[in-house]
Amino acid sequence: MDSLDTLIADARARLLRMHFETGSGHVGGNLSCLDALLVLHHRVLQAQDRFILSKGHAAGALYVTLWSLGLLTDDDLLTFGQDASRLPGHPSGTGIPGLLFSTGSLGHGPSLAAGLALAARLQDSQRRVYCLCSDGEWQEGSCWEALTFAVHQRLDNLTIMVDQNGLQGFGTTQEVISCSDLSPRLLAFGAHVVRVDGHNTQALQSALMTRSSGAPTVLVMDTVKGRGAHYAGLLESHYLPLTQNQYDQATAQLANETP
Amino acid sequence: MALEEVRDAFGQRFINAGVAEQNMIGVAAGLAREGNTVFAYSIAPFCYARPFEQVRNDVCLPGLPVCLVGNGGGFAYGHMGPTHHALEDCAAMNALGMRVKVPAFDDDLPHLLANLNGPTYLRLGYDMRPQGAHVPGYASWRQLLSGNRGALLALGPLAGVAWSALIDIPAESRPAVWAVTEFDFECIPEAVWQQLSEGPLFVVEEHVREGGLGMHTAMAALQQSRAVQHFVHRPALRYPSGLFGSQDFHRRESGIDAHGIRAMVLAFKA
Repeated sequence: MDSLDTLIADARARLLRMHFETGSGHVGGNLSCLDALLVLHHRVLQAQDRFILSKGHAAGALYVTLWSLGLLTDDDLLTFGQDASRLPGHPSGTGIPGLLFSTGSLGHGPSLAAGLALAARLQDSQRRVYCLCSDGEWQEGSCWEALTFAVHQRLDNLTIMVDQNGLQGFGTTQEVISCSDLSPRLLAFGAHVVRVDGHNTQALQSALMTRSSGAPTVLVMDTVKGRGAHYAGLLESHYLPLTQNQYDQATAQLANETP
Repeated sequence: MALEEVRDAFGQRFINAGVAEQNMIGVAAGLAREGNTVFAYSIAPFCYARPFEQVRNDVCLPGLPVCLVGNGGGFAYGHMGPTHHALEDCAAMNALGMRVKVPAFDDDLPHLLANLNGPTYLRLGYDMRPQGAHVPGYASWRQLLSGNRGALLALGPLAGVAWSALIDIPAESRPAVWAVTEFDFECIPEAVWQQLSEGPLFVVEEHVREGGLGMHTAMAALQQSRAVQHFVHRPALRYPSGLFGSQDFHRRESGIDAHGIRAMVLAFKA
């Protein structure tokens, strides 16, 4: 097991513990994108690059990622979603260095990221911009506005990551909106689309470093909601905090999955 | 001829964002986050109403130097119909903590655009000064006409309308006329309060009653413990007849055209 796999296993355990100790929900959607966040932050991002968490309800995953980098402490994580905290349930753009905007209302990130990418080009900077969205988020029309703009402006310093776990509140994306795979639609809009296993760290790293000349990249990551602690009850808990029983079972499942 | 001169002057810094206002504001926020001062222009309602959440979350929460330029405040787009009118924009933008600026005259713009260091809403309209009139040097509260019967406050371009409406009434029979171009009530000139000790407060605005100049002035009077003997407020009444027309038609329906303002003043009896 290489260091990245160890890192991911530790981060998953830490995420579960954080959610359980603070009584916070959205565990499944955090686990589906945690691998990608860790690969991006540990293997890809350079100091001058920018990251937007458009999928703001995955704040827990982002906070644990920052913890894994030493930018947040265990005491910080204890304040997640509590009073007098820098770590609200959806990230604030004012509390933590490196977090540029308050997100949580879906559909904002791609435009913000496009603006950052455009600024980099106007400033002749080599900065790259990354933005993580959920798949359900692309039901927001604003995402398509942003993509249209980014393609027209040839923002090839922009990578949008889509956590395609196929689930949203109260159903699958297929049940709610008849769309289980965004790739064809994204291609039709002129983006450079790469589809990848969102839990294969090597494939993720390679894909995240890909750049297509003259077009933004959209990385469609096939993921599993609740990955690493997969069991039926957890997937139903899109919003709800973990009970003691669920936490114990999830932790046990995680231990079983770790080689 | 709309923005061609602006486009030519700005070069690659002029971005046509297309028919996508939410994206326009998000992109503006991203650009501002990297140190740029950004102007985001559209017909007023498409600038503040359509992308309201982007304005709120992406510009105002982080306090970025983005100036929304809303063309056609009030009924300025006239015949284009109600979707193109902006009647509650100042209230909405004030509620977000933006600096709301409503120029009365073309000369005001350089002053209003200086020192843009945070979220700003600029509501554009037509310069309606009386022909040949000399506009006093810029101040957010500026007396245009002297008068001995109270004070009339007019928001932005309506100040020119009120000025024209009352200029030939003898000073002893008319209120002083003030142009108010910024929602700053900490700096109400003392002269206004002195005038109100001698007569009524008239407020005219091409904006709905809720959250506009009248409400803010009334609250300022209460907060500053200032006495106002009589308060006459003429806001935009939206569409009382259900019919549509020019800006002047709509102003007439609300009693905020020149004739309506003059009649309001002359009819007032304490």
